[in-house]
Amino acid sequence: MADSKALPPPTPFLKTSRTDAWWIPSLLTFLGLGFFLVYGTWAILVGKNYTYGPYISPLYGLELWGDSPHALFGARPGFWPAWLPFTPGIFIAWAPAGFRFTCYYYRGAYYKAFWADPVACTVGEPRSSYLGENWFPLVMQNVHRYFLYFALALMLVLAYDAVESTQFEDGFGLGVGSLLTMMNVVLIGGYTFGCHALRHLLGGRADSLPVGFKGACYDGVSACNRNHMKWAWASLFGVLFVDMYVRSCAMGFIPDLRIF
Amino acid sequence: MATEFEVYEHDVLVIGAGGAGLRAAIEAAGSCSVGVVCKSLLGKAHTVMAEGGMAASMGNVDDRDSWKVHFADTMRGGQYLNQWRMAELHAKEAPDRVRELEKWGALFDRTKDGRILQRNFGGHRYPRLAHVGDRTGLELIRTLQDHGIHQGIKFYMENTVVSLVKDGDRVVGAFGYDRERGRFKLWRAGAVVLATGGIGRAYKVTSNSWEYTGDGQALAYEAGAELMDMEFIQFHPTGMMWPPSVQGILVTEGVRGEGGILVNNQGKRFMFDDIPDNYKSSTADKEEEGWRYVTGDKNARRPPELLTRDHVARCIRREVKAGRGSPHGGVFLDISWIKEKVPNAPEHIRKKLPSMYHQFKELAGIDITTEPMEVGPTTHYMMGGVRVDPDSQMTNVPGLFAAGEVAAGLHGANRLGGNSLSDLIVFGKRAGEHAAKWAKENGRGTVDQAALAAAEAASLKPFEFGGAAENPYRVQHDLQELMQDNVGIVRVEEEMKFAQDQLQLLKDRAAKVGISSHREYNPGWHTAIDLRNLLLVSEAVTMCAIERKESRGGHFRDDFPAKDDAYASFNLIVKKGEDGQMVMHRRPIPPMPDELKQVIEENK
Amino acid sequence: MPQATFRISRGDSATHSEFKDYAVEISEGMVVLDAVHLVQMVHAPDLAARWNCKAGKCGSCSAEINGMPRLMCMTRLSDLDLSVPVKIEPMKTFRRIKDLVTDVSWNFRVKEKIKKFKPRPADNADGTWNMAQRDVDRVQEFRKCIECFLCQDVCHVLRDHQKHDEFIGPRFIMWNAALEMHPLDTDDRLKELKDDNGLGYCNITKCCTKVCPEHIAITDNAIIPMKERVVDRYYDPLGWLWSKATGT
Repeated sequence: MADSKALPPPTPFLKTSRTDAWWIPSLLTFLGLGFFLVYGTWAILVGKNYTYGPYISPLYGLELWGDSPHALFGARPGFWPAWLPFTPGIFIAWAPAGFRFTCYYYRGAYYKAFWADPVACTVGEPRSSYLGENWFPLVMQNVHRYFLYFALALMLVLAYDAVESTQFEDGFGLGVGSLLTMMNVVLIGGYTFGCHALRHLLGGRADSLPVGFKGACYDGVSACNRNHMKWAWASLFGVLFVDMYVRSCAMGFIPDLRIF
Repeated sequence: MATEFEVYEHDVLVIGAGGAGLRAAIEAAGSCSVGVVCKSLLGKAHTVMAEGGMAASMGNVDDRDSWKVHFADTMRGGQYLNQWRMAELHAKEAPDRVRELEKWGALFDRTKDGRILQRNFGGHRYPRLAHVGDRTGLELIRTLQDHGIHQGIKFYMENTVVSLVKDGDRVVGAFGYDRERGRFKLWRAGAVVLATGGIGRAYKVTSNSWEYTGDGQALAYEAGAELMDMEFIQFHPTGMMWPPSVQGILVTEGVRGEGGILVNNQGKRFMFDDIPDNYKSSTADKEEEGWRYVTGDKNARRPPELLTRDHVARCIRREVKAGRGSPHGGVFLDISWIKEKVPNAPEHIRKKLPSMYHQFKELAGIDITTEPMEVGPTTHYMMGGVRVDPDSQMTNVPGLFAAGEVAAGLHGANRLGGNSLSDLIVFGKRAGEHAAKWAKENGRGTVDQAALAAAEAASLKPFEFGGAAENPYRVQHDLQELMQDNVGIVRVEEEMKFAQDQLQLLKDRAAKVGISSHREYNPGWHTAIDLRNLLLVSEAVTMCAIERKESRGGHFRDDFPAKDDAYASFNLIVKKGEDGQMVMHRRPIPPMPDELKQVIEENK
Repeated sequence: MPQATFRISRGDSATHSEFKDYAVEISEGMVVLDAVHLVQMVHAPDLAARWNCKAGKCGSCSAEINGMPRLMCMTRLSDLDLSVPVKIEPMKTFRRIKDLVTDVSWNFRVKEKIKKFKPRPADNADGTWNMAQRDVDRVQEFRKCIECFLCQDVCHVLRDHQKHDEFIGPRFIMWNAALEMHPLDTDDRLKELKDDNGLGYCNITKCCTKVCPEHIAITDNAIIPMKERVVDRYYDPLGWLWSKATGT
């Protein structure tokens, strides 16, 4: 193209005229997501200490098979190869992980923080070639809405877990763990119900926006969507925090406080 | 044929790509080849600044509205110096022109039943302004631009015309240069439409952009056209006052249309103190009634803040002169008070006046939902301009047409808010239609090469003087101060006489301005060329303002503060005399047909 | 009067440019464009810069101020650190004509290629349509665009990867969205968006949204909804089956 011949050469990697601390957001993303990845992977692979009393770590969400009383179908299934280490988290964790991995917010964030594409706006990039999400593999990000379907189903599970978290051995009660579990539902809900794909399916796809109940749902989703980034981070750390709490109780580091 | 210039050929050449220019180009492109020359990039013309809306008596909000009421409102607002035929055509055709925009993709705000919503504005009896929040001008220009680019129109962006090209009496093209390379170009055309806007840059405090240098008026004048009503300049009552760098930037009348009130430093709503007799019957005398009006009560009369712009501007000036002004020489415009009336008022204000909210937030650090704005009069609009035939928009120079602000006639002594955007589309269309017809009937004509060479030499003069000579920015600055101080919102004979003398001195200085460096995108050179036009229109304004020894509409004389019937029957015309000097005469207003007289009578 | 220094990039092509420092007197409320005008008046009458309205409504005075794409008329000096020179550069995504003026004609050519608005037949006998404010609001957000092209400037697909031939940039993806979501429009632009206009190149860095002087949520409200509509058509087999089965 005639234009591009006269264009200035691309800015060298990490070069920019910006004078602000442009590297901070990407660094925070890198540290935040990195920590979650490491901790989350460990917490799932370790395969124990994920329940305490009526609580279950949200990383284990719906326990299909496992040793805890929360397990739906009992202990480790017979079809599981003996040589493969078993963890109950593996059956569910892929769904929220995939949901977040293909999420429009996270995509933009980790392309910047982990792939420097670019690190920050107007900052030079390390590579000259660029394919974007046009081609494989990143074109696969378009499966996002399928993960959404699982994420919506998991909302029910999380809600069920929240109800369960009040069912102590001595009957109905409320502990700090119950409150954290409920908070977790709210945070994950705020994130899940702010999903771009959900907004599209609820009404964004049409040129005439829905009215009435569906319209109210669309408006609600749009409201969550405006703060999708904040919900994304709050819910991510919410999950971590609840897991740590349950785990700490299970390992006997801290006692669970009962409110009543 | 000339070889030293790039030459382009069109049937119709439109100069200016604001609302009128684009509308004319679209109309003409339906039947012939059209070129549009504009000083800026496409879509940047001053039309984008229009905020409030475009007036058209569609009656979507109040079905008592009709073209007759609109016509009567326009004539009353213009103090009956309007060309009645233009006011009639405008009132009749505006609704169709607005609906047509919707067909081209414009999205106006809606009524509850899904039709085009209309809002109240100063001087309009019924809610009449189709609008898009407070960025109606942007919607208009974008709609025309995006429709226009698919009509086969050729756009010459960032090109400036320095003279019109004549063949005998008639205009057969234009001569100018492109900003990027500074090369001269000739556009040959069967007809030329001027749509260059106003002259606001002749003043220091103005809502107008740099482009508003009176180019069209000056080009037409030099080509032998008559300029009319040049003494009538509208000073918009509400321009920003503080900080200094934003002084003059417009604060839309929509703020008052949504319930904004004007108060002095004693907290008094001073507009109630002075309501002109001919508006007494249609103006609220209680604050409560005014509020009912802006909230849509059909039986309420409008608050005095919505009186015509000339009147509101003078009231503000009076308060300031009497020492009741705001700290920076204006008065307070307050919309935040509606929190007493409206639940969730900040949200409501941000929704209704989004760009005003941002403008104050970002440029002045003021949150208009919680504090009042400081406002004062700013040079806004030129009612006068090139005299045109009301039906065809052709000037007295054959083949030369004019539409929009550059043309005179529709608004008389004072323009109503909202009548400007509708003016653009109504008369833009007419100019395009008749220019195309004229071009097809009359062909191209021949070009006088000697005149082109002379125009080029004159334009390049500043380079001969070089960078050490008179600085064009200085001359422009001094001109703006001169006009602001002496031929501004309140005028007296001796000051204007002083200005007249000073203008001659400035002309001499302007003839000697110099420029360093080369022709490529050199804004100093562009300023030097624009200066000639600014000086010419300033001279015309001053001459007419001295001649009209009365106060009427936008023209207010401190030494003749009353309206004088002796001046009610004619328009002032200036043109280039035989000896090259500016001459002036009085042109009687053509008699109005009885039907129209009756319409005015019925809507008194 | 206090002074501030402006380090302005001058030159007439990509290869011949240099920074020049200009000191000007500053006063309360000044914006960067005021400073540029002072430089023109006092030091360099031939300094090229575009501007029109000086009120953030026309989108002419786009430049990069301290490395960030911004409108010069909407950048207040009080928001900048004046103890060091303020760097002003032209937009990097376009060819420089001179000093701060760039050749943005590519944008106009791109727009011409996008299918124009095509309304459905009028709803009423008088040639008018009925629309809900709600639907109008959604598109009006995009029509607020003042075409300053700062989003085009900041987008790394154009800025760093120079894919001007394959990617139309945020401004025109949003323009497509404005047409696609227009309550009256009947044409379809999804195939072009996917195949010719490079929608998939966008990797959602949201830089366009960040620099938009009109505060339009370009990414969330225009680009991602367009990506989702493309998913509907091209990447969602179950959705396709569902709509076949239910006839929606």
